[in-house]
Amino acid sequence: MKDDKTTQNGTNRRKFLKMGLLSGATTVAGASLLANLTSEEELKASGEKIRVLTPDGKMVEVDAESINNYPEAHITPEESRKGIPGRKFVMVIDLSKCKNARTCVESCQKAHHLDYNEEYMKILLLQDHEEADPYWFPKPCYHCDEPPCVTVCPTGATFKRDDGIVLIDNERCIGCKFCVTSCPYSVRQFHWSHKPKFDNTDLPYSPETSVPGEVGTVMKCDFCPDMIRQGKLPHCVSSCPMGVIYFGDKNEDMVTNGEETVRFSELINDRGGYRYLEHLGTKPNVYYLPPVDRQFPLERGFDVDEEIIERYKDVPYVQDMKEKGKI
Amino acid sequence: MDVTIRKKELVKEFSPMLLKPSKWSKIWMAILVAFILYGLVALVVQLTKGQVVTGMRDNVVWGIYTINFIFFLCLSYSGAFASGVLHFFNTPWKNAVSRIVEIITVVSLIVGPIFIILCMARLDRLHYLFIYPRIQSPITWDVIAITTDLIGCLLYLYLTFIPDFAILRDNSEGLPKWRKKLYTSLAIGYQDTPTQRRRLHKITKIMSAMVIALAIVTYSVLAWIFSLTLQPGWNSTIFAPYFIVAGLYSGIGVVIIAMYLIRKYFKLDHYIRKAHFLSAGVILLITALLYGYFTFSEYFARWFSHKTHDANLLETLFNDYFWMFILANYIGILVPIAIVFFKKLRTIKTITFAAVIAVVGLWFNRYLIVVPTQETPYLPIQDTRPEFVHYSATWVEWALSFAGVAAFVLFFMLLMRLVPIIPMSGIIDYEKKGKVRRDGLTQQQQP
Repeated sequence: MKDDKTTQNGTNRRKFLKMGLLSGATTVAGASLLANLTSEEELKASGEKIRVLTPDGKMVEVDAESINNYPEAHITPEESRKGIPGRKFVMVIDLSKCKNARTCVESCQKAHHLDYNEEYMKILLLQDHEEADPYWFPKPCYHCDEPPCVTVCPTGATFKRDDGIVLIDNERCIGCKFCVTSCPYSVRQFHWSHKPKFDNTDLPYSPETSVPGEVGTVMKCDFCPDMIRQGKLPHCVSSCPMGVIYFGDKNEDMVTNGEETVRFSELINDRGGYRYLEHLGTKPNVYYLPPVDRQFPLERGFDVDEEIIERYKDVPYVQDMKEKGKI
Repeated sequence: MDVTIRKKELVKEFSPMLLKPSKWSKIWMAILVAFILYGLVALVVQLTKGQVVTGMRDNVVWGIYTINFIFFLCLSYSGAFASGVLHFFNTPWKNAVSRIVEIITVVSLIVGPIFIILCMARLDRLHYLFIYPRIQSPITWDVIAITTDLIGCLLYLYLTFIPDFAILRDNSEGLPKWRKKLYTSLAIGYQDTPTQRRRLHKITKIMSAMVIALAIVTYSVLAWIFSLTLQPGWNSTIFAPYFIVAGLYSGIGVVIIAMYLIRKYFKLDHYIRKAHFLSAGVILLITALLYGYFTFSEYFARWFSHKTHDANLLETLFNDYFWMFILANYIGILVPIAIVFFKKLRTIKTITFAAVIAVVGLWFNRYLIVVPTQETPYLPIQDTRPEFVHYSATWVEWALSFAGVAAFVLFFMLLMRLVPIIPMSGIIDYEKKGKVRRDGLTQQQQP
């Protein structure tokens, strides 16, 4: 089951590109380009059908090829381009509950073998306007449905899967960094130098784990597809003590933060869910619930290392607090 | 007038330039080679340690490599444009400058792309651009456009060289053997017969129109790399024409500087006259006005509508980059205009001075387009290492930038050792038409 709207947009764009290709057919690389365009092919059907029970209690028949028999098996870069069939992953972040505890950051760093200073998940301190109180704002990759980073990539090293996840194949990346500048949310980071941890080949590389890293390639939050395949939640979701982050499947209309499972549509509609910088037209798959009825005072977020506090020194609110000697 | 005798005379006049490098040109070449070697050391450092040795970090991922890339490509573009126009409309005084312009076009088109390659972190995977190309990406467009442009410009340059190769092959005595062989093979049997002459003229004319189109396409694609992204300050509809006008401005500046240096060091005062500087000065004035107009509209619209993100960008420009902004967008535009606007101020030296300011100002203008935008993205830069926030180029980047400029000048000097910088065939053509005096200038253009 696919989101109809995206499918339609996708084919329109493909049609347009094919037309452009035909008129520019004299390009040297024309042939290989065409081959590349058609590589986003549908899953091959094996013909063999298997009966499974859906979460809402219906018995359905699916193709045997669509079933992942070995959830913990290594997913090669080639396989990781396909995505998990029939899924459409979304994240909902409840800003009213975040207090910059940074467990999401730390557990993510641990799982992706990141250094202390490398974060896939960043926590910003935003203030919508002068009258509004500032709030903590966790920022993962938004896995947009119209991802600018995927459009600009010259080699297809970063790609959008059918299940909505945007991944990076760092064996394909040439380090041009166009994706970094094209992301309006500044999500992407870069391996500037070689590190000993990259040599650790205990686990073979998979774009689904983003481990091990590789010098001169780009990196970002991957929505932890390796965990999803095992039926677990991404590390940031399961580690958050406040249950700030909900994760789930839009097709099932369910999201969970590990403690409570709620309907995605109800959560968004009842609590005024929104996407950040909607006007850019990138169609993110990460939604935010506004920071109303806060559960914690903002100051609780400054209960962190001195070095971390320094990272917010340009925020007017922090400068104010420092003057008053409160931090 | 006997053409054969005249050819011999011309070869005699120009051969010291080709064969006997002066003491100064040797010293200059040694200095340039030293700069290039220093750049190569920096390159080795960058290749072994990775881009961590540059000033680029997670927030500012494109630094002065990208700026140099745009800068050199815009020289090439404007060179192609100018030389195409000169050839296509058969401008009467083109002969003295056309070859300078053509060489600038090709040399900068060779040096420019080196910088974008330096900006890529995985040079060992460069061939992936051709193995796994994606036509959606503006970088793929850029690769196609630049390679086409490069081939077109090289072809064009070569076409304009052929008659001179033939003259050098037939008329020079005491040439080293390898040079004679080189000229013979490069002249590809050109004997200056009427048929050959007509054919060559036709092809050159077609190519001169082609390179104009190619240059415009290539430079527009380059501008789109910025204007197609969603970043504040880059996502601008006027970037392509703006870049093209800016390219013309800096290109004409470099042509003037090259004319000045060549005239001075090779004593070519009777070929490159004041009239050439005055005409180039007027073009500089026109492009400066256009460029100033585009710059003003670009910033004025952002300032007047003051969307939050545009306002943040302008605040960065006027606080962190105040002096650079003044230098690039006030001094770099207004001073050349002031100099060339008043007839009394137009001398060879002042026009060259205006050109230097224009070129330097334009480099900083590119810097202000590329770097500050990356320092003020939509979401404020927080929760990141303090040393990752601001960009400043390191010695590696500077060494490679100067090596690039040195390579540009060195290639130029080497090409000048291959063929005379003033096309001999062109001189003969004009003298044949009888319109021109022996010094290569028409009466009414005498200053």
